[in-house]
Amino acid sequence: MTPNQRGFVTLLKKEVMRFWAVLGQTVTAPVITALLYLLVFAQALSGRASAYDGISYTEFLVPGLIMMTVMQNAFANTSSSLIQSKVMGNLVFLQMAPLGPWEWFAAYVLAALVRCVLVASAMFIATLFFVPLPVHQPLAILAMFLLSAGSLAVVGLIAGIVSQKFDHIAAFTNFFINPLAFLSGVFYSVHALPPFWYTASHLNPFFYMIDGFRFGFFGHADVPILHSIAWSAGFFALASAVCMRMLITGYKMKR
Amino acid sequence: MTNSPSNALDIVGVRKSYGSLQALKGVEFSIPRGEFFGLLGPNGAGKSTLISIIAGLVQADVGQIAVLGHDTVGDFRHARRLLGVVPQELVFDPFFKVRDMLRIQAGYYGAGREVWPWIDEMLERLDLTSKANTSMRALSGGMKRRVLIAQALVHKPPVVILDEPTAGVDVELRRTLWQFMSDLHRQGQTVVLTTHYLEEAQEMCSRIAILDRGEVKALESTRQLLRRHPFRFLRVKLAGNAALPEALRELVASESDGSIELKLETGKHPIGSVFDALRDAGVAIEDVQTRDPDLEDIFVELTR
Repeated sequence: MTPNQRGFVTLLKKEVMRFWAVLGQTVTAPVITALLYLLVFAQALSGRASAYDGISYTEFLVPGLIMMTVMQNAFANTSSSLIQSKVMGNLVFLQMAPLGPWEWFAAYVLAALVRCVLVASAMFIATLFFVPLPVHQPLAILAMFLLSAGSLAVVGLIAGIVSQKFDHIAAFTNFFINPLAFLSGVFYSVHALPPFWYTASHLNPFFYMIDGFRFGFFGHADVPILHSIAWSAGFFALASAVCMRMLITGYKMKR
Repeated sequence: MTNSPSNALDIVGVRKSYGSLQALKGVEFSIPRGEFFGLLGPNGAGKSTLISIIAGLVQADVGQIAVLGHDTVGDFRHARRLLGVVPQELVFDPFFKVRDMLRIQAGYYGAGREVWPWIDEMLERLDLTSKANTSMRALSGGMKRRVLIAQALVHKPPVVILDEPTAGVDVELRRTLWQFMSDLHRQGQTVVLTTHYLEEAQEMCSRIAILDRGEVKALESTRQLLRRHPFRFLRVKLAGNAALPEALRELVASESDGSIELKLETGKHPIGSVFDALRDAGVAIEDVQTRDPDLEDIFVELTR
């Protein structure tokens, strides 16, 4: 292993150890929250017709809930790690280390993916007790998982770079992540929406992430799977380009 | 830029401004390999800005810095592997224990298990062995300071910068750190020290740069710097707390505990002339002491 590779692996390991040290907050809590959503919505709307033939509303709900939780946690992992290091001042240890922008990017994003794998696996296993999900196209599930979790991890990294205090991260979460996540068709099919909101939903990248992920389970979706992959990949590429530019120039990181 | 690998640090024409404030105004000097170098200056002189630029925390507007011939921007990986910086602030990562933190820090620099024995040795030398498995957040300020020093040295850098390592530490720890820094220097490491304890710099540094308002005001060996001050000091205690004759009042440097310190310019104010003036005024001397200027006097003179 070259020194650069070892530096990258160490940062990745450190980022995993960081969320692992508080697993109750980083994995267990979001899974419980998502299961509460499932219980409440499944009970309240159990009689509601599903968007897809032969699929109950509870079944319809589960992939969206998993993906929403994954996206929120991908964002939280990178953004909270970076802002904590900034506020505590210990970011200097990383900034003084011989690590390049690509190593920062890859280590933070991969650590977020590890957390998301744990969150998604725990949710998938837990929801089996409520409703067993079919798996129609595992590759589509994997692709949408990686693109979506990766995208939100990168957005979290951008938020961490731009922010100077916890309030800024909270603003990102409350005014950007949560509205887009809740308006992305987690709890409903966009076909049930009025024309304006139907069109607006198609401009929301989170909608494609959830719709594509759902397709992997049922083989049905609101838009073709290739559209979802293309939108998610495009969003990932755009966010990554912005993030890399910030890391290379030291935006908000170097005085 | 002439980067000489025989120099631990080459600093060439470094300028940095924050808005209208010019923090560094074209700072330029070199530090030869193996030197124990003091970087002194009052608060706001630009010391920390310069160190932050060397460490890669701040971007210079103009200028270049090389560590053992490696540019800190163009060849930052090499330069940073050769450099260890102890930051001034007591920063730490609360998620980790002391030994884990040091192993992580070594990993950032590409060092693996081969430095684990060195980590244990440092823990022992810095009296941290009993705290090796303690969370960083549970350590006292002094202990955190020791860990910061260990973190900077974990990858065995040949050039070490300590930014006020003894600020706010007790006497015992200060002595431990002095001993530790001396040992590092004896082992061939280049040590750059910034401190507000001028006796510390005078004792330990072979060469000193005094920075003031972003400019290098002096850059000489400690001995030359001490010699360049053309003054000496005469402390007199006058019998019966008598008043000093008017002719000597312009020489007063300080007054305390009933004694008066006079600042005498070499060649212009011979000590004998002071005694003559006192005798002519009929003032008796109760006690008298002389002293050569120390670094603090030079520092005050240069940064006035």
